[in-house]
Amino acid sequence: MTAVAGQIAAPHRYLEAQIRWRAIETVFWLATLLPFVASPSYLVLASQIAITALFALSLDLILGYAGIVSLGHAAFFGLGAYTAGLAAKHGWGEPLTGLALAAAAAGLVGYALSFIIARFRHLALIMTTLGMGLLLLEAANSASWLTGGADGLQGVRMWPLAGTFRFDLWGYAAYTYSLIVLFLTFLLVRRLIHSPFGLALRGIRENATRMPAIGASSRAHIRKVYTIAAVIAGIAGGLLTQTTETVSLGVLDFQRSADVLVILVLGGAGRLYGGLIGAIIFMVARDQFSGINPQYWYFWIGTLLIAVVVFLPNGILGGLNQLMSRRGS
Amino acid sequence: MFGSLLGVLFDGLAYGMLLFLLSVGLSVTLGMMNFVNLAHCSFAMIGGYVTVTLMNELNWPFFATLPCAFAAAGIASVALERTLYRRLYRASDLDQCLLTIGIVFVSVAVAAYIYGTIQQPVQLPPYLRGSFTLMGMTFGVYRLFLIAAGLALTLVLVAALEWTRFGAQVRAAVDNQRMARGLGINVDGVFAVTFALGSGLAGLGGALAIDVVGLDPAFAFTYLVYVLIVVSVGGLGSIGGSFAAATLLGISDMAGKYYFPELGAFLIYLVMVALLMWRPAGLFGRR
Repeated sequence: MTAVAGQIAAPHRYLEAQIRWRAIETVFWLATLLPFVASPSYLVLASQIAITALFALSLDLILGYAGIVSLGHAAFFGLGAYTAGLAAKHGWGEPLTGLALAAAAAGLVGYALSFIIARFRHLALIMTTLGMGLLLLEAANSASWLTGGADGLQGVRMWPLAGTFRFDLWGYAAYTYSLIVLFLTFLLVRRLIHSPFGLALRGIRENATRMPAIGASSRAHIRKVYTIAAVIAGIAGGLLTQTTETVSLGVLDFQRSADVLVILVLGGAGRLYGGLIGAIIFMVARDQFSGINPQYWYFWIGTLLIAVVVFLPNGILGGLNQLMSRRGS
Repeated sequence: MFGSLLGVLFDGLAYGMLLFLLSVGLSVTLGMMNFVNLAHCSFAMIGGYVTVTLMNELNWPFFATLPCAFAAAGIASVALERTLYRRLYRASDLDQCLLTIGIVFVSVAVAAYIYGTIQQPVQLPPYLRGSFTLMGMTFGVYRLFLIAAGLALTLVLVAALEWTRFGAQVRAAVDNQRMARGLGINVDGVFAVTFALGSGLAGLGGALAIDVVGLDPAFAFTYLVYVLIVVSVGGLGSIGGSFAAATLLGISDMAGKYYFPELGAFLIYLVMVALLMWRPAGLFGRR
């Protein structure tokens, strides 16, 4: 009770306490350096994990914090991927500016769509996001003169990173690059969600009609956060293109939107680290089971989803949290 | 030009009837309980596979398999409703979405495990095959049968909903669930029966659809999108809305494939997003 009273008396102090770094976070980020020494042969996988984690972080912003259910988030991932790919194909293979281009393209489209998104809730929202994702997939499929259609974009050649580090088969440069981008974006998102803006987002998630009543227009906030999430998803897509030097229609697939949702929910939505933990578990498991037929892999994913929803409503991190607090009390 | 237009209308109408059968159950149950059931097409797939198995393994006649497809899908849906769905009636959209997407994944994998990923063949009885010519135009007999069956079922559904006691309870529960409970209607019971009937209709639709659109494990995903479009455009809980939306979607999809084949499904999605922006609650929706 006193804690709550303290929060009300000093909201700034409450926010400051939230933003303080905990020891476990430092340990987590130090552990991300392990692949360099422990398993250099898995660096390519590690860079894929970092990219997926970035994508999941972007979905976490809108789904975990603002409560916008999206079944078409791959649209922005794909936009970023194709923008970076097209830039490289047409003679501009510089990675950093390519990434900025990818972010800008996804952000622009995200901003335009955010006006539509902010109007809907419930089923109409799910349908609109799904519809726009499918719309973009069909557009990319039929515009084969630009995107290469079902064959994928051919001839993406990246220049070395910072003029010296090549993206090779070993993945040193790829992992370093992805990890740095992931970490910087993470810092930004972490700052964002602990700001008053982040607090307003959580308010929208809890009750979208009451927020305007206390003077915070939820539509403006939703537009902002949706654009930011689109930018981050675009960066993740751009990273995937640049580190693998290919783009296929798969970047826009419904499967990708569903996968990232699974990852986020598995790890725990609205928990900042949920997407990262989920991405590690999901990608490592898929790598281990890659020998078996993808159809059967989806059997396990489906079972896992059902189990998470029924038994672990807050994901792995939520379950751990609950376990800790039970032991503490 | 005129002949092809009529042909497109005819094929589109037959296709629309299929979509209506596949989606009407979801529309009513969604309107009643607000439960986002993305696994609806998995029940349709069950119906399809039951028909294929009975016909190809046990040599049953086509018409004898249809009630089995209906019953199998209905029973499977009740089993899932009792064990899993029940827990999540008061949960968020997201949890409902995730649970049902999980069920879709599992059903697709199980179908692929049992039947493989190939398209399943189905041999229609001779009197449903072929086509006849009327005033210089050819009509497929099976399509004509689909249109007739779809229209008959619509009439039965509308009549049942308008003039039976059970229909009145369903309408009351869709209009205002809490008020219906207050009046002593057993909404959970009504919902369970409606859910089973709706999934059974989807199973029937899945069985009837094999000859037109084929059947493979991806069915549960491919047609989910179409069904959701019908439901969200038609408006929740409205049979008339679903009928209009399904017909519209069937005809415009056929027309799109016939006149603008290079656009693919692009047109459909564009129409859906535009319609939703114009009327977020659907064409006939009130909420």
